Amino acid sequence: MQAEPAGAPPPPEAEQARKGRAASAGARQERRLGWLLCAPAVVVMLAVTAYPIGYAIYLSLQRYDLRFPAEAKWVGLSNYGAVLTSPFWWDAFWVTLFVTGVSVAIELVLGMAIAMVMHRAIFGRGTVRTMVLIPYGIVTVVAAFSWQYAWTPELGYLAELLPSGEAPLTEQWPALWIIVLAEVWKTTPFMALLLLAGLALVPEETLKAAMVDGASAWQRFIRVIVPLMKPAILVALLFRTLDAFRIFDNIYILTAGAQDTGSVSILGYDNLFTALNLGIGSAISVLIFICVGIIAFAFVKLFGAAAPGAEVKR
Amino acid sequence: MAAVGKTHATRWTVINVLVVLYALFPVWWIAALSFKDPSTLTDGNYIPRKWTWENYRGIFDTSEFTRALINSIGIALIATAIAVVLGTMAAYAVARLRFPGKRVLIGMSLLIAMFPPISLVSPLFNIERIIGIFDTWVGLIIPYMTFSLPLAIYTLSAFFREIPWDLEKAAKVDGATPAQAFRMVIAPLAAPGVFTTAILVFIFCWNDFLFAISLTSTEAARTVPAAIAFFTGSSQFQQPTGSIAAAAVVITIPIIIFVLFFQRRIVAGLTSGAVKG
Repeated sequence: MQAEPAGAPPPPEAEQARKGRAASAGARQERRLGWLLCAPAVVVMLAVTAYPIGYAIYLSLQRYDLRFPAEAKWVGLSNYGAVLTSPFWWDAFWVTLFVTGVSVAIELVLGMAIAMVMHRAIFGRGTVRTMVLIPYGIVTVVAAFSWQYAWTPELGYLAELLPSGEAPLTEQWPALWIIVLAEVWKTTPFMALLLLAGLALVPEETLKAAMVDGASAWQRFIRVIVPLMKPAILVALLFRTLDAFRIFDNIYILTAGAQDTGSVSILGYDNLFTALNLGIGSAISVLIFICVGIIAFAFVKLFGAAAPGAEVKR
Repeated sequence: MAAVGKTHATRWTVINVLVVLYALFPVWWIAALSFKDPSTLTDGNYIPRKWTWENYRGIFDTSEFTRALINSIGIALIATAIAVVLGTMAAYAVARLRFPGKRVLIGMSLLIAMFPPISLVSPLFNIERIIGIFDTWVGLIIPYMTFSLPLAIYTLSAFFREIPWDLEKAAKVDGATPAQAFRMVIAPLAAPGVFTTAILVFIFCWNDFLFAISLTSTEAARTVPAAIAFFTGSSQFQQPTGSIAAAAVVITIPIIIFVLFFQRRIVAGLTSGAVKG
């Protein structure tokens, strides 16, 4: 250990590690090339996210109304106080949590079922995989309009199933369930594909052994498949939870946030572009950023979700 | 065997049909709406009783839609090209080279993949107005390529790990520098992965709505998803349902084409990037 040069991360290729004793010209060249190749991506990502989020924090500490830009003034944390004591923020927050929690839960169950179908199908596997990619690929706004028209009285096939006079999109709870439906329809295939990749890693022999030992199909699923798939499940849940928390397109088209169906993203958008209040809008933006950070942190710390790309050991 | 095979076959047919219905029904519904004559628009039928191309003729007659279509195609293509080039460079380094800071790069892309876009809307809106790229193609290309870079880096580095690297070694033995080995040996081998990534990134840019409505204010850069949301009927008593449905179908066509022709690649790209790491 002592003999190894300091600072070099343990490389995966053992025989190359020994060669790293003296940083040869080749290694230096490799390092320089590595930095050079990454530099443009890093610069772009920093310039377009890190700098603006800093700017958003700065804006959030100001009273900044776009209608009166000359009156912009430093107000410290009072924008945050205004947001956090406002019922609008908490309504939007609970709506977002509800939609996120319910839709991700449904997606996990449905996605697992579809993954099983794709994994086990004797025939038509290609067709099923092709078909589930359609909801994944379709523009969210298009899908949202389809659902909106389906539930519009005197227009849609789903509204026809309801007693006449019902307009589900104009009432809070029915509208929320329709938002969940639209979200689930669109994103379950993505969940299913991530789970399918996890399913493929479950060794067939282990399942056969469990079968020989007399485990039923359900027992094999709960005791063998799910534990082995835990990393894939956690990654899928993490991705989808963060994505669902940012929900915007579906709600904007379906209800535009009317009848207390707006998510936190909708609230932020409204404050920015309807009320033109850059200070309050930025404070909401920063709060959403913090929420997303907390969710990600909780997943990684509490459930030990391995970050994808973090060299998962197999 | 025959009897067992038969019940199995029936069961799988039923399951497959259910999945296909699940995936296609909303798409079918909006397509049916787009072909309905205004007089039958509200009949709630799954198949138009009176077919018409009128809705399509209508939207292609207005610059509101055609201009948005050009914007959508141009912006998505340029953003995809840039993201894939930058992503390929970074992914090659991640997959192949040893250099300090690799983990920082991976961690950073992960952060950006999870970043809530609404948090960037207010600062970007203000910055873009100040430097004068608000409501331009550049103003949308910049956030699109940034937010698709993590996707590009993950997918590409997963593909790059599968490439037979001995060929690169052979090239180096023959006297090629790492840069030459990258350009002449690996790039051609990596082409399928790059192409797949380009499809995924294009779908991502094509899909965006939040930036498109926040960072544009006129037809100059408004993309189709944003334009559709602002469609109005030709009179205040007329809903723009037919036009919206027709426009929706038009922007779904490229997606359907990708899915039909590159299904296997898309699945490989989506799963390799996210799970194998």
